[in-house]
Amino acid sequence: MNKTLNNKAWFMVLPVLVLVAFSAVIPLMTVVNYSVQDTFGSNVFFWAGTEWFQEILASDRFWAAMGRNLVFSAIILAIEVPLGIFIALNMPRKGWGVPVCLVLMALPLLIPFNVVGTIWQVFGRIDIGLLGHTLAELGVNYNYVNNPVHAWVTIILMDVWHWTSLVVLLCYAGLVSIPDAYYQAAKIDGASRWAVFRYIQLPKMHRVLLIAILLRFMDSFMIYTEPFVLTGGGPGNTTTFLSIDLVKLAIGEFNLGEAAAMSIIYFLIILVMSWVFYTVMTNYGTERR
Amino acid sequence: MAVKNQTATTADRVAAGTSENASGSAKSQEELGQLMLKRGTQSRFWWLVPTIYIVFLMLPIYWLINMSFKTNGEILSTFSLWPQEPTLRNYMVIFTDPSWYSGYINSIIYVVLNTVISVSAALPAAYAFSRYRFLGDKHLFFWLLTNRMAPPAVFALPFFQLYSAFNLIDTHIAVAIAHCLFNVPLAVWILEGFMSGVPKEIDETAYIDGYSFPRFFVKIFMPLIASGIGVAAFFCFMFSWVELLLARTLTTTAAKPIAATMTRTVSASGLDWGVLAAAGVLTIIPGALVIYFVRNYIAKGFALGRV
Repeated sequence: MNKTLNNKAWFMVLPVLVLVAFSAVIPLMTVVNYSVQDTFGSNVFFWAGTEWFQEILASDRFWAAMGRNLVFSAIILAIEVPLGIFIALNMPRKGWGVPVCLVLMALPLLIPFNVVGTIWQVFGRIDIGLLGHTLAELGVNYNYVNNPVHAWVTIILMDVWHWTSLVVLLCYAGLVSIPDAYYQAAKIDGASRWAVFRYIQLPKMHRVLLIAILLRFMDSFMIYTEPFVLTGGGPGNTTTFLSIDLVKLAIGEFNLGEAAAMSIIYFLIILVMSWVFYTVMTNYGTERR
Repeated sequence: MAVKNQTATTADRVAAGTSENASGSAKSQEELGQLMLKRGTQSRFWWLVPTIYIVFLMLPIYWLINMSFKTNGEILSTFSLWPQEPTLRNYMVIFTDPSWYSGYINSIIYVVLNTVISVSAALPAAYAFSRYRFLGDKHLFFWLLTNRMAPPAVFALPFFQLYSAFNLIDTHIAVAIAHCLFNVPLAVWILEGFMSGVPKEIDETAYIDGYSFPRFFVKIFMPLIASGIGVAAFFCFMFSWVELLLARTLTTTAAKPIAATMTRTVSASGLDWGVLAAAGVLTIIPGALVIYFVRNYIAKGFALGRV
């Protein structure tokens, strides 16, 4: 669509601008302030320069949380993306199965994050949970509260349960947009199943898939509530991800300078990822039009 | 012509299917290709994968529902796949105890406030983005996205201080405005996606017919993107409903959301598993009720209107 140049359109954007400025710019400035200042309490602040940044970049705790978060994001992407594509390929395209699949699959996406944590907390317990109890019956010594490996497996399983449907639904949206003629052409050429997937379905899904991957990366990179409810970051610090660590630092220990510096580094990473995301999204838009 | 092609291929597919059944030999590449063309729906086991997946999704939810109808004694003493002595006690506790049901009321108040604010602010902005070029429009659009992607953990502390300064802590409006951080960008992006699908000629024709802008927007344009407004409202509602970190940070008692009530019950001694499960089930219901109506737009909503 060719848009007309009209700078008065700014007036229409103004409400959004004011609203988001109040809830994003002002708080962000506070964070910037804290990150370059130090205090001995009683609201007396003095300039600290890049001290906090140096401290956070040198702290093992930050890098450990960052490492855990990256490993977590990598694992769930490696599981959810192929699984999501596989399920989307096997979903019905017409008939009564379509709404049933869509509604049931989307259900976990709409459950409050802390309830997701609670569901899995209950589900995994050895005494009262279906999963924990069944595993115990089978002779597996499963305990996500004390065993770090089990805690990780449970969190990953929970995230797969919670978010794979997003990948499924996005891929499905890409698949149903492929015209029948493509498949007919492939049939005439005698294309193998793999070839159909590789040269017809994958290219058609490629943008939706990219969106799905980016969304999953972003959301897993800032995951907080689900692991917080399930394990509280433990046992020890083994499931303390960046967000959990940040909240601990800021509200638990009231270590404002370090928390603010960490927030800004965190935010910069998100900013770069958002830019990639934006480029993908808008390129898709121009191609569509 | 196209119709003929269609019927011909359908006949081929049926023929291929019967020959496949008859021979039952190892599948050659060609047969695999034909299997692919049936695209799931016509092969006999297409339902297996979605069914297994849906069972996997439903099991934990079923377990929660199952628990919510059990007494605490039964939950802790016996292990049963369905309630032996079904009870509504857990739900009764929630509906009669103000500290429980006020959590739902608080949540619904701020969620509805947030949805109304987000969608009504986003409507004109999305129109501007979809119809006009203006100074800095692309930067602004990108900046909005970064807010959707921002980790709430970064904002928890500054929000607390900001709203303390305005004396807004523990009010519904504070949470509603805080959630605008990610919901306004979401609504703008989704609505822009829908609005760009409406041809610009409609606007021009309306102006020629003598409509003023506000009248055109309300009378003609909004009905055209009604489904988009519905989807945007649904997603604002949902994301505000599922968010806990900010809502919990900004409230103490008077506006405490149900999600926070639940976490505090978990950490308290003497866990009332039955009531916890019942509370969890009740938080799933709003999503489950309306999801059928937006089923075709779920992917579009999550992808910010870009699918």
